[in-house]
Amino acid sequence: MNADIRPIRTAAESSLGDIFAAAREELPGGEAALRVRDEAFAVVGRKGLPNRRVEDWKYTDLRALMREARPLADTPGADEVEAARALLPFGEVAARRVVFVNGRLSPDLSDMDTLEEGLSIAPLAVALAGDAVSALALKGVPNDNAVVALNTAFAADGLVIAVSDGAKIDRPIHVANIQTGAAHASYGRVLVSVGKGGSITLIESHVGDSGAHQTNTLIGLDIADGASAKVLKLQDEGLGTLHLATLAARLGAKAFFESVSLATGSSAARQQIYLDFAGDKAKAEVFGAGLAAGGKRHLDTTLVIDHRTLGCSSRELFKTALDGEARSVFQGRITVRPGAQKTDGKMMANALLLSETAEADAKPELEIFADDVVCGHGATVGAIDDELLFYLMARGIPKAEAEGLLVQAFVGEALESVDDDALRDALSARAERWLSERV
Amino acid sequence: MPAVQETVARVRAIDVDQYKYGFVTDIESDLAEKGLSEDTVRFISMKKCEPEWMLEWRLEAYRRWRTMTEPNWARVDYPPIDYEDLYYYAAPKGTKSGPQTLADVDPELLRTYEKLGIPLVEQEILAGVEQRRVAVDAVFDSVSVATTFKEELSKAGVIFCPISEAIREHPELVKKYLGSVVPTSDNFFATLNSAVFSDGSFVYVPKGVRCPMELSTYFRINEKNTGQFERTLIIADEGAYVSYLEGCTAPMRDENQLHAAVVELVALDDAEIKYSTVQNWYPGDAEGKGGIYNFVTKRGDCRGKNSKISWTQVETGSAITWKYPSCVLRGDGSRGEFYSIAISNGRQQVDSGTKMIHLGKNTTSKIISKGISAGKSQNTYRGLVSAHRKATNARNFTNCDSLLIGHDCGAHTVPYLEAKTSTAVFEHEATTSKISEDQMFYCQQRGLSEEEAVALIVNGFVKDVLQQLPMEFAVEAQKLISISLEGSVG
Repeated sequence: MNADIRPIRTAAESSLGDIFAAAREELPGGEAALRVRDEAFAVVGRKGLPNRRVEDWKYTDLRALMREARPLADTPGADEVEAARALLPFGEVAARRVVFVNGRLSPDLSDMDTLEEGLSIAPLAVALAGDAVSALALKGVPNDNAVVALNTAFAADGLVIAVSDGAKIDRPIHVANIQTGAAHASYGRVLVSVGKGGSITLIESHVGDSGAHQTNTLIGLDIADGASAKVLKLQDEGLGTLHLATLAARLGAKAFFESVSLATGSSAARQQIYLDFAGDKAKAEVFGAGLAAGGKRHLDTTLVIDHRTLGCSSRELFKTALDGEARSVFQGRITVRPGAQKTDGKMMANALLLSETAEADAKPELEIFADDVVCGHGATVGAIDDELLFYLMARGIPKAEAEGLLVQAFVGEALESVDDDALRDALSARAERWLSERV
Repeated sequence: MPAVQETVARVRAIDVDQYKYGFVTDIESDLAEKGLSEDTVRFISMKKCEPEWMLEWRLEAYRRWRTMTEPNWARVDYPPIDYEDLYYYAAPKGTKSGPQTLADVDPELLRTYEKLGIPLVEQEILAGVEQRRVAVDAVFDSVSVATTFKEELSKAGVIFCPISEAIREHPELVKKYLGSVVPTSDNFFATLNSAVFSDGSFVYVPKGVRCPMELSTYFRINEKNTGQFERTLIIADEGAYVSYLEGCTAPMRDENQLHAAVVELVALDDAEIKYSTVQNWYPGDAEGKGGIYNFVTKRGDCRGKNSKISWTQVETGSAITWKYPSCVLRGDGSRGEFYSIAISNGRQQVDSGTKMIHLGKNTTSKIISKGISAGKSQNTYRGLVSAHRKATNARNFTNCDSLLIGHDCGAHTVPYLEAKTSTAVFEHEATTSKISEDQMFYCQQRGLSEEEAVALIVNGFVKDVLQQLPMEFAVEAQKLISISLEGSVG
């Protein structure tokens, strides 16, 4: 009955152990870093990969989704870098580009020169050599979460970005993650700290060929008092890839955080978002759109919003359209701790099922320990409204096109708040392409 | 926004300190030996003069229970229960299980029920005065002490008797339905119940019969250190209708007492079962000492086409409540409803909700849950709505509101939605906008504020069900209903 009983190790679990044992000495960072990595790996070593008996993984059985563990990616060769160049998204968006090919920073494709005043960008490996522990052992993320733990254990490359107090960095930084070549595992970690009153916009893209890769990225933001940060994400991995991602943000007083994401790729994906309200009157908005069709595609969004300070507000809106045998999972939890009065939290998850065989699971939780708060959540699941369809078709629009329009309007709501026109257009175009491929 | 003063005062009036049913009836009891073993199971079975097959059924459950562990996923916290330190059977001396008339019942027991506001008399209908009558099955610790109006009910073909009697008198029905909704292997507490259940009610309403009166069972725990394990089985045959009410109270004691019941409902084609509970077990004192652990498995099976099961619960008692009255919507066109008002105070812990499992085509369900927590209590709504692949056009509407009074309490919502068919339409809403806009418009157009309109609409249909409770049960419930929705959260 109990979830703790461990059956025999799966092939993935034992090869993860072998891969870690072989790689641990080679990973960047000194003795202290190695201790953190060992500790992190022990989480998976002890409990194995999480399965559906574990409440947080009830709908996303990682042990079943990850039958085998891929070997760590080698440093990409010239061919792979060229292949990656062809896959680069957002060419039309004016942003500083930093490119990771198979998890490795690719200086040829990146632009890390002439940084704006108040901005510093350093490769993770360099930072690890200096102050190892703080970059690996993060605060505000659940370190016993398997995805976080694997990232901590294996993260070899990434970025450490710092914005000094008062610096407003207008040009977005585009961190592109590209997977190409033989099936591999890649781990990346981007840490961003925004000083008091500073601001930054991060664009995150994930693309790749159709190989059976496994990616695991973590973005950690520390947003100081009065600072602002935006993270815009496109997850458009190849359809063979398992995508695991964590976004953790800590908000100081009166800080602002916004996250908008569009997920169209991967065979299975889990996006975990952790928001930690550490200062009073901070505000966060998290929007997500997901499109999945065909095969047994699996799209999981797991959200944990921790309100522990006064007068903060959070808004979450997630829209998913599913076709074929695709399945979406939304797990959202808003916690309002004792004393976090005047909290205003709203969470909404909508799923649109376009085929008989699609499945949507939602678990929008509220956990409230303060009495003077306004918190709400909603979840809906349904098919396209026949009346809307009829209305459009009566005006001469063919069924497929009418469906497309309605789906676009449905997911479009989550993408509306992107204020960079070129980026919003690029995201909408990607959603449109998904729709046209579907028909 | 904070709760309004009036609401605060109302909730205070039903605070744990105000528990009115905490007295003990001084009556000698027959007890089973303390602890649980195969012998205890045999003893209970023997006391109930049960046939061999029933004993086997119990023993199988007992053996399985030994291999199970207690579930720990609910948001409740209590010291481990020592299952060997309980009496699994307690019966007032002098009561034999078996049919008896009211005249045989110990007057002390009759007085107890009178004090509880449940007169066990078959009052005559006064000339010219229309009076609602309720048939009562009174369960005192482990035995049913009296069942009223049996004669009259049997004229209509309705069987209403203690389950121990049904096992002897109607074995074919019991064999067919017992454990068919909640199997003996269902969960830790249900399995324990299957092994040691002592009494409870059995109802069978034959084809096409509308039960002529409300049926009810009143559960009373009296003896110290006992657990009450009642089992209720209600079957509504094709086209039948029955409304059933359940009430419960217990004396005030410093020790916790276990109540692990199983309720099974079966509704065949076009049948309807309305099951209402006013749960008022002793909640413990303000410091959390004493009180009942209410670990209950309640499930209804809409087995037939167009059948309907509706659960209504008003939960004010128990130190810990762990209960999820559910509907399995198997028949095409069947409907499940769940209306709940759960109020926690003092150090009470409530983890309650429902499951609506849509299996048949065109099945519909509605969940309305209002949780109010005050004092240092924790109140959790946990619910599942799922639609099977073949449940085309499944429809669910869920609305959960919770209200917090004071800053030491917690209110939590843990809903699960699982849709495996695109034709399912599920709405889980906490905000007010999803209540029919037409209704809102109608009310607001007539000058009601949005909040008044919402309160009117939500209370409207909760009241609908609750008003059908007979007076004895309704008093408590009515007080709770008037609590407004003002200041409620998600």
